[in-house]
Amino acid sequence: MSTPFNTVLVATVAISLVAAAGAKADTIVLGAAVSLTGKYSTAGNHTKKGYDLAVTRVNERGGVKVGGKSYKLKIIYYDDESTPARGAQLAERLIKQDKVKYLLGPYSSGLTKAIAPVTEKYKVPMVEGNGASLSLFNKGYKYLFAVLSTTQFYLKEAINLAAEQAKKTGRDPKTLKVAMAFENDPFSQDVRAGVVEDAKRHGMKIVIDDKLPPEINDMSATLAKVRALKPDILLVSGHSKGAALVVRQVAAMKVSVPMLAITHCDSAKVIKKFKVKANFILCASQWDRSLSYKDGWFGTAEQYAQLFEKTYKYSPPYQAAESSAAVLTFVDAFQRSGSLDPEKLRNALAATKMQTFYGNIKFDSTGKNIAKPMVLYQIQDGKYKVVAPLKWATSKLIHPAPKWNKR
Amino acid sequence: MNRQGMLILAVLGVGAVIGAPFAIPAYITQLSFLWLMVLFALTWDIMGGQMGYNSFGNIFFFGIGAYVCAVIQRDAGLDWHVAFFIGMAAAAALGVIAAAILGSGMLGLRGQYFAIATLGLGIAGGEIASGWDYIGAGSGLVPPLYPGVLGAREMFFYFLFLVLAIICFFTLRRLYSGRFGLAINAIRDDEDKAESMGLHTTRYKTIAWCVSAFFLAMAGAGAGNMIGFIDPRDVAFAGLTFGVWMVLMAILGGKGTLWGPVLGAAIFHITQELFWTYLLGWQRVALGLLIIVIVVFFPTGILGWVRERYPEKFGQAVDAEAQGAAMGEKAEP
Amino acid sequence: MDNVLILVNQPVIFLQVAIDGILFGSILALVAYGMALVWGVMKVINIAQGEFVMLGGYVALKFADAGLSPLWAVPAATVILFAVGWILYWLVVRWVVDKDIFISLLATFGLSIFLQQIVNQIFSADVRTAESGLVSRSFLDDRLVVAEIKVLAFVLAAIVGGILWVFLARSRLGQAIRATAQNARAARIMGVDTNHVYAMTFGLNAAICGGAGALVAMTWVIHPYLGLSYLVRSFMIVVVAGLGNLPGVIVAGLGLGAAENFAGFVFGAEYQAAFIFSLLVVILVWRNWRLGRQRRYLK
Repeated sequence: MSTPFNTVLVATVAISLVAAAGAKADTIVLGAAVSLTGKYSTAGNHTKKGYDLAVTRVNERGGVKVGGKSYKLKIIYYDDESTPARGAQLAERLIKQDKVKYLLGPYSSGLTKAIAPVTEKYKVPMVEGNGASLSLFNKGYKYLFAVLSTTQFYLKEAINLAAEQAKKTGRDPKTLKVAMAFENDPFSQDVRAGVVEDAKRHGMKIVIDDKLPPEINDMSATLAKVRALKPDILLVSGHSKGAALVVRQVAAMKVSVPMLAITHCDSAKVIKKFKVKANFILCASQWDRSLSYKDGWFGTAEQYAQLFEKTYKYSPPYQAAESSAAVLTFVDAFQRSGSLDPEKLRNALAATKMQTFYGNIKFDSTGKNIAKPMVLYQIQDGKYKVVAPLKWATSKLIHPAPKWNKR
Repeated sequence: MNRQGMLILAVLGVGAVIGAPFAIPAYITQLSFLWLMVLFALTWDIMGGQMGYNSFGNIFFFGIGAYVCAVIQRDAGLDWHVAFFIGMAAAAALGVIAAAILGSGMLGLRGQYFAIATLGLGIAGGEIASGWDYIGAGSGLVPPLYPGVLGAREMFFYFLFLVLAIICFFTLRRLYSGRFGLAINAIRDDEDKAESMGLHTTRYKTIAWCVSAFFLAMAGAGAGNMIGFIDPRDVAFAGLTFGVWMVLMAILGGKGTLWGPVLGAAIFHITQELFWTYLLGWQRVALGLLIIVIVVFFPTGILGWVRERYPEKFGQAVDAEAQGAAMGEKAEP
Repeated sequence: MDNVLILVNQPVIFLQVAIDGILFGSILALVAYGMALVWGVMKVINIAQGEFVMLGGYVALKFADAGLSPLWAVPAATVILFAVGWILYWLVVRWVVDKDIFISLLATFGLSIFLQQIVNQIFSADVRTAESGLVSRSFLDDRLVVAEIKVLAFVLAAIVGGILWVFLARSRLGQAIRATAQNARAARIMGVDTNHVYAMTFGLNAAICGGAGALVAMTWVIHPYLGLSYLVRSFMIVVVAGLGNLPGVIVAGLGLGAAENFAGFVFGAEYQAAFIFSLLVVILVWRNWRLGRQRRYLK
C-alpha cells in the first residue's frame, strides 16, 4: 500500500471516529416501549407518532439546550406487544443493555403499571402521557410523571352534568338511575371508580354495573337490560372496541337513553363510522384542538393539529397530543435543570409548571398532573362540540337525547 | 461419546450455566425466562409426551401458583424471602390439590376431548381471575418488590429458576426410569390394554398431573414475582402464549424424551428473542410461521429427527437397559 | 336475582334477549358447521376457523371502502375465502392431514397466529365496521327491536345450511366427501382423489366462514383478534352436537347463542364467558360419566 493511500485511510478513520463520538455526545437518548402490535397497537402507533413529531420539531428548532450546549433528541423504541410482562422486560433492557437514562411511557395503564416498578428501581425518570390509572399514583413512586388527567376524571363530568341538568328541570339528582358497562381492565375499571364515587356522592342509584370481558364482541345482553330498566344515563368505557360496539348496537337495537357518555370516541372514529347515529353522545377527551392552549414549540393546539395532519394525514387523537406533550415536558425539565444527570432531571420535572399546546402541566407530589381539566364533547350534527367543563365550553348541551323513533 | 468426553462436556455445561449471569449480566432476565421455558416444556411433556394426554390447560396451575404466592406475600406481612418461600410452598400444595380434584373429573376424557376440556380450563381460569376482586380482578396483582441492592433481584430469580428446572429435570429422570415411566408410557401406547393388564391408570394419570402441577405452581410463584405484575389473562393464565408455547417447545425438541423439551425450550426461546429484536412489528407473524414449520417439518421434534438420521449415535440401544436408564430416555415405540 | 325477575315480569324483554341470542347463534351455527365438516372429513381441528371469519369481515370492509354495498361482499367473501382455504390446504394442511390430530391442531394454530398478525400489520388493529344500509324494525310499541341484518344473517345461514345438506347428499363431490369421511383409505381405493376432496372441504369451510364474517362486519365490529371467540364457540358447539350431526350443530349453535345472551343478561357480561366454558366442561364430564366408564382392577 502506498503512503498517500495510507494517509487517506487513517484520515477517514479518524474523521469517522470524531464524527461518531461527536454525534453521540450531542444526542440525548430517550427510551420507549410502545405497543406496536397487539390489542393496543392502534393507540400505540398514535403514541409513537406523537413522540416522533415532538422529537422532529424540537430537533429542527435547534434541539434541547442544556448547560449552554445543544442536544438533539433520539428515541429507541421496542414493541411491548401490548403485554405488561414484555413491557417490564423491555424497560429493563432499555435501562441495562441500551443504557438509556430517561424513559417515555408506554400506552395504557396496564403497561405503565408494569414498567413503573422497574424505572422506580433504577431511578430512571419516566414521563408518560398514556397511563391514566389512579393506582399508578398511590404507590409512592418518585420517578413517574404523567401529563394527562388521571382516569377517575374521565367520566365524572358526565355524572355531574346529569345532576346539573336534573336540577335545572326541577328533579332531585337522587332519583337518577345510572347504568354502566366497563371493560374488565385496569383503565376502564378506574374510570368506573371515578363514576361510582360521584354517583354515590349525588345519591344516585346504580341499576346496571356490568364488567365487559375484553374479548366481548356483542353487547346485546347489557343493552337489553338497559331497555328494561330505563336508566337516565348510560356510561360505557371499553377502549376503541367498546366505543364502536356500543354506538353501533345502541342504534341497531334502538335503545334510547337520555344521556350516553363514553370514552374513546375519537380513536374509534365513531363519527366517521356511524355518522348521524352517533349524534348526542357525550365523549370524554383529554384534549381538543379548539382549546386555546399554546406553547413555544408547536404554537396553539390547532397549529399542532395541522402539523400532525400534514405529517401523518389524519387528525391527531389525544393519545398523540399527550405523547408529544410528554416529550416537551422532558425538554423543559432538561433546560431548567441544566444537566443530564437523572437525579437533577427528576427534581426539575417535579417542579414543572408550564403550558403546552396540550394543556397546563403541574405535577403534584405523586407525579400526576393537577393543572389540566378533562373535556366532555357532545357529538352534534356530526361534529365534536365542547360542552363541559362549563368554563371552556363552546357549545350547549342537548339533553335529553331524542328517542330513536323521533330521529 | 466416551465417558471422559461426557464428563468434560458436563463440567463445561455446569460452568456455563452457573457463570452465565456473571459473564453476561445484561441478559440475566432473558436467561431466567429460558429456565422458566424449560420448566414449561418439561412439565407439559409428562402429560403430553410421555403419557399421551395433550393438555392445553396446564397453565391453570401456573396461574394458581402465581396468585397464591402473591396473595400470601400481600397478606402475611412477613419478611420478603420468608413470605415468598412460604408462598411457593402453598402454591405447590394448592396446585397439586387442584390437579387431583380436576383430574378426577377430567382425566377420564380421552384424546381431543381432554385437550378441549383442558383448554376450557385454562380459559376459565383467566376469566374467573379477572372477575374476582380479592385477587385484583381485571387490574391484576402486584407482588411486593424484591428487597436488596441493584442486581440482586435478577440473580435471585435466575438461580431460583435454574434450581427449580434442575430439580424438575432430575425428578423426572428418576420417575421415567422407574415403574412410573413405564406405566405412563403404557397409558400412552394403549390405555385400554394397560388397564386390562391391571394397571391402575387413574392413579398414574392423576399422579402425573400432580407432578406437573407441583412444578408449574412453583414456577408460577416465581414468575409472578419476576415479571412484577400478575395480569389474569396475560401473565397468570396466559393460555395463548405460555400455555401453547409449552406444547410447541416440547414438540420442537422431541416429545416423550427427557432432553427433547429442554432442547426445544432453548431453541424456541432464543428464536423468539431474536425475532423480537430484529423483526420489530413482524415478530408475531414470524412466530406463526415458525410454529407451522415446527409442526409440519419436525413433528417428532429435533431429537426425533436426529435419531432417525443418526441412529448409531443418538438412538437407543435396546439391550443396554442400564445405560438407557442412566441417560433418562425411553426407547421409542 | 332481580334480573331473572325482569325476564319473568316483562316477557317482551325475554323475547328480545331470546331473539338476539338466536340470531347471533345462527352465525355461530354456520361457523360450527364448517368446523364440523373439516373435523369429520379430514380429522383436523381448524384453529384458524375464527380467522377465516375475520378475513371475510375484512372483505366486507374493503367493499365498503370501495363504495360498494357490503351486502355484495357476502357472496364475494364466500368465493374469495374459498380460494384462500383451498390454497392454504395445499400449502399447509395437506402435510398434517394424515398425522396425529394434535399435530394438525398445532399447525392450524400457527396458521391462526400468522393470519391474525398479518392482518394486524396490514390493516392495523383498528376496530372497523361496515354499513349494510339495512334498518332495525320495531315491534310492540318499540319494545321489541329486530335488526334486519340479523334476520338476513339467520335466513342466509338457513339457506346455506340447506344447500350444504343437499350438496352433500346428492352431488358427486358431496358423495366423495362423505365417503372420505367414513373411510379415507377405502375411498382412495375406490378411486376418490382424497387430497382433492380435502382441499375442497377446507375451501368450503373457509367459504362458509367468510360469508359469516361479512355478515359480522355489518352487524357488529371487525378487528384482527375477533377470531378467538368464534373459534371457541364453534368448538363447543361441535363437541356438544357431535360430528356429522348437522341438525344437532344447528340446534346447538342457536342454543349457545341464546344461552350466552341470557347468561349475560342474568349474571352480567363478565360471567358470560365463564358460564359458557363451565357449561362446556360440565357437558363433557357429564357425558363421559354417562357413558359409564367403569374401572375394575385385578388385585
